[in-house]
Amino acid sequence: MSELDLLYSEIEDDLRASVRSLLAARCDPAAVVAMYDGDRSHVAELWSCLAADLGLAGLLVPEERGGQGASAREAAVVLEELGLSMAPVPFLTSSVIATTLLLHAHSELVGAVAAGERTAALVVPWSTAASDTVPALRLTEGRVSGTVTSVAGALEADVLLVPVATPTGVAIYAVEQSATSVTPVVSLDMTRQLADVAFDGSPGTLVLADAKPAIRAALGVGAALLASEQVGVARWCLDTTVAYLKERRQFGRVLGGFQALKHRLADLYTSVESAAAAARYAAVALATGDPDVAVAAAVAQAYCSDLAVAAAEEAVQLHAGIGMTWEHPAHLYLKRAKSDQIALGTPGAHRTHLAALVDLPR
Amino acid sequence: MSRADLSQRVERFLAAHDPTTTERLEFLRARYDAGLAWISYPEGHGGLGLSQDLQPELDRILAEAGAPDNNPQANTIGLGMAAPTILAFGTEEQKQRYLRPLWTGEEVWCQLFSEPGAGSDLAALATRAVRDGDGWTVNGQKVWTSSAHLAKFAILVARTNPDLPKHRGMTYFLCDMNHPGIDVRPLRQITGEAEFNEVFLTDVWIPDSQRLGDEGQGWAVANATLSNERVAIGGKAAPRESGMIGVVARTWRDRPERRTPELHDRLLRLWVDAEVSRLTGVRLRQKLAQGQPGPEGSAMKLTFARLAQQLSGLELELLGEDGLRFDDWTLTRPDRVDLLARGAGYRFLRAKGNSIEGGTSEILRNIVAERVLGLPSEHRIDKDVPWKELAK
Repeated sequence: MSELDLLYSEIEDDLRASVRSLLAARCDPAAVVAMYDGDRSHVAELWSCLAADLGLAGLLVPEERGGQGASAREAAVVLEELGLSMAPVPFLTSSVIATTLLLHAHSELVGAVAAGERTAALVVPWSTAASDTVPALRLTEGRVSGTVTSVAGALEADVLLVPVATPTGVAIYAVEQSATSVTPVVSLDMTRQLADVAFDGSPGTLVLADAKPAIRAALGVGAALLASEQVGVARWCLDTTVAYLKERRQFGRVLGGFQALKHRLADLYTSVESAAAAARYAAVALATGDPDVAVAAAVAQAYCSDLAVAAAEEAVQLHAGIGMTWEHPAHLYLKRAKSDQIALGTPGAHRTHLAALVDLPR
Repeated sequence: MSRADLSQRVERFLAAHDPTTTERLEFLRARYDAGLAWISYPEGHGGLGLSQDLQPELDRILAEAGAPDNNPQANTIGLGMAAPTILAFGTEEQKQRYLRPLWTGEEVWCQLFSEPGAGSDLAALATRAVRDGDGWTVNGQKVWTSSAHLAKFAILVARTNPDLPKHRGMTYFLCDMNHPGIDVRPLRQITGEAEFNEVFLTDVWIPDSQRLGDEGQGWAVANATLSNERVAIGGKAAPRESGMIGVVARTWRDRPERRTPELHDRLLRLWVDAEVSRLTGVRLRQKLAQGQPGPEGSAMKLTFARLAQQLSGLELELLGEDGLRFDDWTLTRPDRVDLLARGAGYRFLRAKGNSIEGGTSEILRNIVAERVLGLPSEHRIDKDVPWKELAK
């Protein structure tokens, strides 16, 4: 366990600035809220800007396979920014989780996904942890049948990566989204809207046999980097609430001058900084292939999942009345934070996993 | 200067001063004079004006050569607080007089800041220093003074002008603890021991040459000292499972019969918190090394204190019946706190001080809120009132 660099490099700062300015120009907060009323019309164009113009779709893909050749460090910075702005794009599901799986499988598909020409999703319930057994569908003569509920990224994807049961174990088949029945789910977080995906003899192509380790790796990378998205969510909540309490007046005073509120914000700041360190460590451990990566990811998820929820709850409470409205964006962050907490394993599941990793048996 | 240049310089020094044959104090003084004591201090004051990053390398080379160290644990206030303040505010004569014997450990230092009536509100302090010839006569009472019974000198803040508002009427002194007007009494605390002292000052005369900084500048000088204290308490590098979490984790592993699901859940939550706190410390140090200092250390200390208290409480519950026993209530005078060398009950009680000493958690939250987040300051109704008119 050598000491890893937990700060941001200049390249990462530049990447952050690019993502931030593009999101400021192209991710209209009003369009994000409109997703709760079923309007997803702006998602494809926004994703196309990020995926192809900025090259984020291929961030984790080596250059010789058509990507940017960056590491989990850079992906984490992107996720912080996406969380901060609540951008409704399938970066985590396609460019991180599905891409990690395709890279493990040495699949030809990775080039098209890296170029942003295709968008992929791993078809598992969004609540699945890396340590869980994934539900595997039936395979008959190359055709996939069965249903998977609450899948993230399936609405945005055109190619689905489906775990199927084979006589030799779980395999991954690629199925065209158009050959399936994808039913949008009214989701707690409509900015990452889930879908139930039904396969009824859908034709599939083998991507990887004996795929359990690759699925575990993909979900593990997803969880480790989800922590950075959660840091972005929490940081927005902190910054926005601090700014609001510097302006909002009651009892003839700025609210931020009341010690009861100052202390809560000081505690929140302390926790957000802690979360940033935990998420950063997980990203850096991933990027460097550090043997501590499993512990790093479990710690980051156990900590950042709860922290993001706490930050969003504080944002709503300290904004008070306006925080309960549809008009104010705080609710978007609460819904995302709570969904993220359950996504890819609950904090409790990550703690249970951690107990085994660090020899603290029940 | 590169690492290689430094190594060569140390080798030359070791060749000229064989640590196996040179008397300890002679060796330490020579090390100081060679600029190899605290590497970041200026030349002529025990250093070479180099990056603090080189210090571990320097210490390692010397230790491997069998060189004696300056026993830093015996003079933490001197090394951690008095020295940087003297360096920042002292005259050339003061630096020459005090820094070398401080570093070698010949002269131990203590800190005369807190008073019974001035805890968090240190600037309200009432110990008076009155002009008296070419010096000052000091009267008052100080408290929570560690090492006062061992110290040769103290850093002292006293009120020199009660007609001014509290922050403006203080002056900082270097006080000789051997003065007959100084009475040091052990202060027995919650654990039964006495790490600290009460110090009574009666007509203690201090020459003006031992004033540090200008008359009336005491608050600025004291703040420089205290910023060092907060970093010292909150910011130590540590491997995983060091400190309190390590003790509790070992107890968990050693006592399977005491395990319950409820304790397991709390342990895992605290393990995660402790590990995250460790990583936060690592990250903060990396920031500081890049020259990005700030009040973030206060946030670290908030977490450290909370964790120490929760973990030590959990440990007692985990021990069950054994948690009802206490190792020793004898009044002892420990020269340093070693939480790990004592029993669980001691840890539980001593850790209560972690959120009080070096800035209470309530004050630290104010600091974070005001200096990091930019929220409005607390109302200070006493700010512009002459000190002598304040309600006491």
